Amino acid sequence: MSIKIANISKSYKKVNALKNISFEVKSGELFGLIGPDGAGKTTLFRILTTLLIANEGVASVAGFDVITDYKSIRKNVGYMPGKFSLYQDLTVEENLDFFATIFGTTIEENYDLIKDIYIQIEPFKNRRAGKLSGGMKQKLALCCALIHKPKVLFLDEPTTGVDPVSRKEFWEMLKRLQQKGITILVSTPYMDEAALCDRIALIQGGKILEIDTPAAIVKHYLKPIYNVSANNMYQLVNSLKAYEYNHSVYPFGEFVHYTDRRSDFNPAELKVYLESKKLSNITIEKTVATIEDTFMELAK
Amino acid sequence: MNTNKVIQVKELTKVFGDFTAVNAITFDVEKGEIFGFLGANGAGKTTAMKMLIGISNPTSGKATVAGFDVFTNAEDIKKNIGYMSQKFALYDDLTVKENITFFGGIYGLSRKRIKEKAAILIKELGLENVANKLVGSLPLGWKQKLSFSVSLIHDPKIVFLDEPTGGVDPITRRQFWELIYKASHQGITVFVTTHYMDEAEYCDRVSIMVNGKIEALDTPKKLKEQFKVDTMNDVFLKLARG
Repeated sequence: MSIKIANISKSYKKVNALKNISFEVKSGELFGLIGPDGAGKTTLFRILTTLLIANEGVASVAGFDVITDYKSIRKNVGYMPGKFSLYQDLTVEENLDFFATIFGTTIEENYDLIKDIYIQIEPFKNRRAGKLSGGMKQKLALCCALIHKPKVLFLDEPTTGVDPVSRKEFWEMLKRLQQKGITILVSTPYMDEAALCDRIALIQGGKILEIDTPAAIVKHYLKPIYNVSANNMYQLVNSLKAYEYNHSVYPFGEFVHYTDRRSDFNPAELKVYLESKKLSNITIEKTVATIEDTFMELAK
Repeated sequence: MNTNKVIQVKELTKVFGDFTAVNAITFDVEKGEIFGFLGANGAGKTTAMKMLIGISNPTSGKATVAGFDVFTNAEDIKKNIGYMSQKFALYDDLTVKENITFFGGIYGLSRKRIKEKAAILIKELGLENVANKLVGSLPLGWKQKLSFSVSLIHDPKIVFLDEPTGGVDPITRRQFWELIYKASHQGITVFVTTHYMDEAEYCDRVSIMVNGKIEALDTPKKLKEQFKVDTMNDVFLKLARG
C-alpha cells in the first residue's frame, strides 16, 4: 500500500472537516478524491503531506508514518497545492532549479520524468512565473512537484478553472506519469474526471460516501433512470418537480434525469402528465447512471 | 435599433501592444436569452466581457449593451447590468442582510425598496434563519445563490455571470441553474461563461472563442449536428484543438 489512512478525523474550532476517514491507495494507482469545495479534500491532503496534524487516527505515505517519520515523507512525495504556490518573481527555469536544489538533485538528473511537460513551457523559461497563463502555471507547478522523482504525487484540484482542452491534456499527462510507476492521489470537483481514475472516493461534508472503481460505483445506482426532454426546459423541470411520484429531477445537459418512486413506473403515464402541463415534443427514454447521478443520490 | 436585442456587438476588437486579444467579434443576444460564452483559457473571453460590462475600452468596432454604447456610455452600462463572478461576489464580513443593503445602496435603490427587496430575496432563497449571519460563515453554494440574487437587485435587463458555479457540488450547481432559468423566464438576459460543458447544453445559444475570434455560434443542438458529435464537450475539443 502506498497510502494508508485509518480513522482520520480533523476539526477546526467548530467545523469537523474530516470525520473518521479510512481508505488505502495501492502502489502505482491513480486514485481520485471527488467532491465539492468544503468536502475536506484539502485538509486530507495537508495531513498526508505532513503540513497538518490530525486530531485522531493514523496515516502513512510510502511506508512512513505522517507523525513520526514526517521528514521521510517530505523527501518522497510531490505536492501540488490548489493555490499556485511557486515564486512569482522567479523565472520558470529558476523555480524549477530552486526546487531541484532543495531536494538535493538537478534538473538534468530527473529530466526524463518532466520532459513531456517541460518542453511545452520551455519556450517561456526566462519568463517570470507570475506572468504565465493559467495553463502554463499549472504545468510548471507539476514539473516542480516532480523534479525530485517522488514516489507519491499529491495533486489538489489541479484542473479547477481550467478549460476542457487543457483538462484533457492534463489527464493525459497524469496517465503517462502513472505508467512511470508514480502513485497519484488527485482531487477534483469535476465528476467527468472521476471516470479517468482507477478508483475513486466520493467525499462530501468530511465523510466518504463511497469508494470503488468508477464502473462499480455507477453500477451501485439501482433505480432506473430516464432522459426526459421537452420543448421548454424550465417548465419541464418545474413540472417534473411538481409530479407527485418523482424521486429525483436533475437537469443533465440537454435532458433531465428523472427517477420515479414507484417500482411499476410507466413512462407513458408521465408523458400524459407532461402533456397536461402544456409541454410538447416530449421524449422519455431509459438511460444509464453517471458518477454524478450516484454522487447526488448519495449526497441527498 | 431592435429593442429585442439586449447586446449588439459588431467587429469588436481589443489590441494590447502587438497582441490582438479580441479579434473583430460580432454577435447579438436577444431579450431573455441564456447566452453561453465559452472558450479555452486565454482565448479572449475575459477581455471581451470586460468591454461589454464597461470596464475596458475597445480598440475598435461597435457594441451596445442594454441600449448603451460601450464607447460613450460605459457608466450607464454599469448601472444597468448585473454582474457576478466567482472571484468577487459578496463581503464575507457583512451579514446576509448587510450585503443586500450595501449592494442595494450602491445601485441607488431607496431605503424602502431595499427593505422590500431584502425580504423577498431572503424568503425566495430560504435564508430566513441566517439573515443576520456573516456571509463568510455560509456554505459556498448558498453564497453563490445569494450573490446571483444580489446581482439582480436593481432589476437589470441583463446579467453577466463569470464562471458562477466553480467548485460547488452537483446538486447546488443545478439549483443555481434553476435560478438562471427563472431569471430568463422573467425576461432577464443571461450572459454566462463556464468550463462545465454540461452547462453549455443548458444555454439557448452558445458561442465558442478560439484565439480571439468567435469560431462557432449556435444552439447546442445545431452545434452538435454541425460538428457531428454527441456532446458539447466534443464540440469544444474539436474546435479548440483544431
